[in-house]
Amino acid sequence: MIWLAILGCALGCYLLKLAGMSVPEGVLAHPVLRRTADLLPVVLLAALVAVQVFVVGGTDGPALGIDARLAGLGAAFVALLLRAPFIVVVIVAALTAALLRL
Amino acid sequence: MDAATRSIVRDGIAVGIATGAYGISFGAVSVTSGLDVWQSCALSLLVFTGASQFALVGVVGASGNPFFGALSGLLLGTRNTLYGLKVAPMVGWHGARRAAAAHLLIDESTAMTLTRKSREHARAGFLSTGLSVFLLWNLATLAGALAGDSLGDPRTYGLDAAVGGAFLGLLWPRLDTLLNRVAAVLGAALALILVPFVPAGVPVLAAGVVALGLGLTSRHRDDEPAQDP
Repeated sequence: MIWLAILGCALGCYLLKLAGMSVPEGVLAHPVLRRTADLLPVVLLAALVAVQVFVVGGTDGPALGIDARLAGLGAAFVALLLRAPFIVVVIVAALTAALLRL
Repeated sequence: MDAATRSIVRDGIAVGIATGAYGISFGAVSVTSGLDVWQSCALSLLVFTGASQFALVGVVGASGNPFFGALSGLLLGTRNTLYGLKVAPMVGWHGARRAAAAHLLIDESTAMTLTRKSREHARAGFLSTGLSVFLLWNLATLAGALAGDSLGDPRTYGLDAAVGGAFLGLLWPRLDTLLNRVAAVLGAALALILVPFVPAGVPVLAAGVVALGLGLTSRHRDDEPAQDP
């Protein structure tokens, strides 16, 4: 199941790259299409942040909750404000949550 | 090779090294999300676009259907199509070369190509960045996956919190306009509202509707690659 998802994602992502390299630039010129494609990564990444931090797995399925991950996200936010590189941001988030759980 | 080309190649390799460090976090997060070392390495080799890979393992880590994870990855991969439209005329490759180059089409290689003034420099920027990121990203994924595998319970090390931090780090350089900030807040809110009612993985996909809604109603904004890892 996971392998199928990996291979499907790989094939699809490659074809998306190849399509961009192969079609004439005018094909995707429609402004609504371009704006939507431009906004998609922003919206999806924000949704991924929210789901990663606030969703807890319960016996009745996923639910919303708050734990040490929110403190980790806050620490990552401060690190980004201080212009820390990506790897530092990730480590700061992990360390903050780990320290709170000691 | 002239001095300007050598300088472009050096910059490309520097970007590759910086991105390699970020590959370690992907490898570690991937195995702690429940994928094995082989699956983590296959993602970096075959998918080779960071945000899509993180999205897939994020959904798997939340016990979601991997199929929804793959779909999230594909939606995030659409931005590479827009990059390709701009990169293709600059590098001017055709046939098998273009098919091979397409695999290296990512945020970093695009950013290091679009600013060049000549075809030779564009090719140098694209290849040096794309190849060095590819090499180091895959080596780093393997190292991170092996390290993550030997750690035990990921919660002890806060690795579950690292995923949220990683996504915020990817999002950060894109929060440069008011429209993008509004889109981010709406997308996050819609996903959270849906969490109790739909299977894991679906809230993130559904948030994509926000992009369509704002795309239909907002004014034009040019698409440039973000300078992120």
